[in-house]
Amino acid sequence: MTPSLRWPRKMRFLQSGDVSALFSIHCPSACIHYISSSRLESDRNAMKLSLSKVVNSARLGVINNLGRSGDKVLDFPGCLLYTKTGSPPHLTNDTLQTIEGVPPVAHITLSSLAEHQEVLEEFKDGIAKFAGIPDAVLYCSINDPVTKDPSGYNTNKSVSVWGGGGRLELTSQKFVSAQRALRPDWFQCLSDGEVMPTGCSKKRAKKSVDRSLVFLDECLQLLGDNERLAQSVLIGAIEGGDVLEERLRSARETAKRPVGGFLLDGFQGVAMSNETKLSLISSITAELPEDKIRVIHGMGRPDEVLECIERGVDLFDSAFPYEVTERGCALSFNHCYDPDPETAGGIHRTDSLSARGSHVLRKGETSEEESNGDTATHPDDPEIDWTGMTPFEICLKEKRFREDFRPLLQNCTCYCCRNHTRAYVHHLLASKELLAGILLMIHNFQLYFSFFRSARGALRDGKLGVLREIIRSQTV
Amino acid sequence: MAAPKAHALVHRVLAECPVTKARVCELMLPHGPISTPVFMPVGTQGTMKGVTADQLRELGCEICLGNTYHLGMRPGPEIMKKASGLHGFMNWKRNLLTDSGGFQMVSLVELSQVTEEGVHFKSPYDDKEILLTPEKSIEIQNALGSDIMMQLDDVVSSTISGPRVEEAMHRSVRWLDRCLLANKNPEKQCLFAIIQGGLDPDLRKKCLEEMTKRDVPGFAIGGLSGGEEKDHFWKMVTLSTDHLPRDKPRYLMGVGYATDLVVCVALGCDMFDCVFPTRTARFGSALVPWGSLQLKNKQFAKDFQPIDKECDCPTCKRYSRAYINALFKSDTAAMHHITIHNIAYQLNLMRSVRDSILRGQFPQFIQDFMKTMYGSKERYPRWAVDALESVSIALI
Repeated sequence: MTPSLRWPRKMRFLQSGDVSALFSIHCPSACIHYISSSRLESDRNAMKLSLSKVVNSARLGVINNLGRSGDKVLDFPGCLLYTKTGSPPHLTNDTLQTIEGVPPVAHITLSSLAEHQEVLEEFKDGIAKFAGIPDAVLYCSINDPVTKDPSGYNTNKSVSVWGGGGRLELTSQKFVSAQRALRPDWFQCLSDGEVMPTGCSKKRAKKSVDRSLVFLDECLQLLGDNERLAQSVLIGAIEGGDVLEERLRSARETAKRPVGGFLLDGFQGVAMSNETKLSLISSITAELPEDKIRVIHGMGRPDEVLECIERGVDLFDSAFPYEVTERGCALSFNHCYDPDPETAGGIHRTDSLSARGSHVLRKGETSEEESNGDTATHPDDPEIDWTGMTPFEICLKEKRFREDFRPLLQNCTCYCCRNHTRAYVHHLLASKELLAGILLMIHNFQLYFSFFRSARGALRDGKLGVLREIIRSQTV
Repeated sequence: MAAPKAHALVHRVLAECPVTKARVCELMLPHGPISTPVFMPVGTQGTMKGVTADQLRELGCEICLGNTYHLGMRPGPEIMKKASGLHGFMNWKRNLLTDSGGFQMVSLVELSQVTEEGVHFKSPYDDKEILLTPEKSIEIQNALGSDIMMQLDDVVSSTISGPRVEEAMHRSVRWLDRCLLANKNPEKQCLFAIIQGGLDPDLRKKCLEEMTKRDVPGFAIGGLSGGEEKDHFWKMVTLSTDHLPRDKPRYLMGVGYATDLVVCVALGCDMFDCVFPTRTARFGSALVPWGSLQLKNKQFAKDFQPIDKECDCPTCKRYSRAYINALFKSDTAAMHHITIHNIAYQLNLMRSVRDSILRGQFPQFIQDFMKTMYGSKERYPRWAVDALESVSIALI
């Protein structure tokens, strides 16, 4: 068997132009000699992905039959539910249930869970049941997209992760045994994925690809003997820093292996410029087969998300709304691409946005409608750390919200906006009350999830460009 | 004395224990009925830490506390008025009780000084000199719109004695009169008196005699739970309930340990509040009928049982001790899970107490409760044995 039996050739027409097609791709066992058991190998990449439309590179589709019971469905473009140790930050099951549009796939991170491996081995039934979410579909990445871990510790034999217990060196063997204890539905393969600075040596980039392919082959070998992980889908990581030829090699070589999907790794952080990132992403996805999911981490801003969707990325993490929550902010951007508000079902900003032609207020800036006669807080407010703030959010710590009895966002249907005011959330933040994190997390998750619903709708209606313009105009 | 006015509270005794002084009452308040004996969770700054208003309601909570000192400082009475009071501000549709603010001033603010006029202190927020008078306390509580307000009292440590205690008792009586006059909203907001007098039975009696002459809708027993010996504590409680009218609610301030609740119900108290169950939850301590579990301890890392398999709270139905132990390392939700469980534990305990009184089986309930909590009689706290003996319960 040769690699030429794989998908891209058959599907290539999809990438050229505005073709929209309605079909379903089934994924037979790929041509692999690494694995002894053909049953395991077919299961490993058994993700039933159906594309309903492809516009340029942007893909609209669905993954059916997810989870152990096989009754879950994931629409893409979409996002994962970000969690800490299997628990959406700040939320209990009750508060999570108030959120509309929660993604069916929860995102767990090996770095934080590795220290609990012994416990999970004794528990036997995997992290989903352990975390009290037995029906959830779980995707396990190596690192937490939010934490910035030190680099320089990976070797040819092991990858270092940083958890509560400090640094942990994972060899392929250790990695697979950790996954056996976790039993996720999908997991990112062990890879040398630390973020590299721009202009890092080609040698380093090449090494990241070589090592990651070795880890992938070793893991596939080890997984072949593993009954427990027979149902789990392996996501291959594409590495190579900012070196195009290494990225392409990584994509091509990874695609030859029986993986169920791909992670475009190493795009977190600000080491690379956005232009470099986006151009690399386009080049990588062009090399990937259509029938497998493409995941990315650390590209969570609404504008970044749309750029990535247009370049063929399917799945994102939802660390962005968590980070917004942690800085005391509420997402407040408009993602309604349908000009008719009656049919849009979207959310409109309470602020003076519409009046000002969809311009977001800059930090410290204000308008008459917004200020209610109050002077807006000066951006130098010592209480507020403005670093990392994006134009898609408002900071509830600002004093101008002290007496603002409007919801965080007009017409938002989240639990927080239906029940509470900006003034209350401002008070909770000023008093460092735990409820602030809960209410903001509910609001930010719900708005973020509905943004992805809009992105799918826009893609379906051929209005992705309109949505991109709406989002872009809010960053001006 | 003025003729009795209609209060914003209707009190009805539903059942009395034939052996102890325990009773079950119904209080009709502006934001719905509450059944006593009741434990009132404390939501200091306009929120039950880590729990939404909906979750608190789902747990069956009918009344909770807000603190006048904190809320008066931040966000302040002006914003509270604009938000339609504390109910509107925190969107809590059931009853609220607010304290007077005096206790926090004495306990939290180092440089406070009490004169006949009020309590002088420096604001910890901006160092401004502030004077909290009885009138000011009621003004803030009127702005908060709580269903039950507390008079400003002159709080002295329960571990001191001498003339200062007597002065504080007399002053508290005078301040009660000033508070009653200052209440601008008596039809919607009840004002409770607070019995003072330290650990001196004569001073307590004097205070009871004076305060029960006033037309107030309810009484609190104050100045206790401040580190005094339990022997003194329970004697002051039982002396107070002996002299309080049967037809008005009795609120024992700052009491929330399970054993204290059960014993003080037997001594005739109806209402209780304490930060302990929610505060201890945030440190990882889960309350169970046999004591508490320190869930952050390593021993629970592989304990896959729920906190209490008999408990039907949302936490126990879904999460194990081991999971909460693991979650404590990464997310605040671990605290929320225990907070929810601990509130459920307190509310369930009081529900069981009420049920047993209604069925005439409270004495048996006490026996079972003590046995489960302490295992054997040798471990029963002496003061609890004595206190219960004083109301004809001989623990076996």
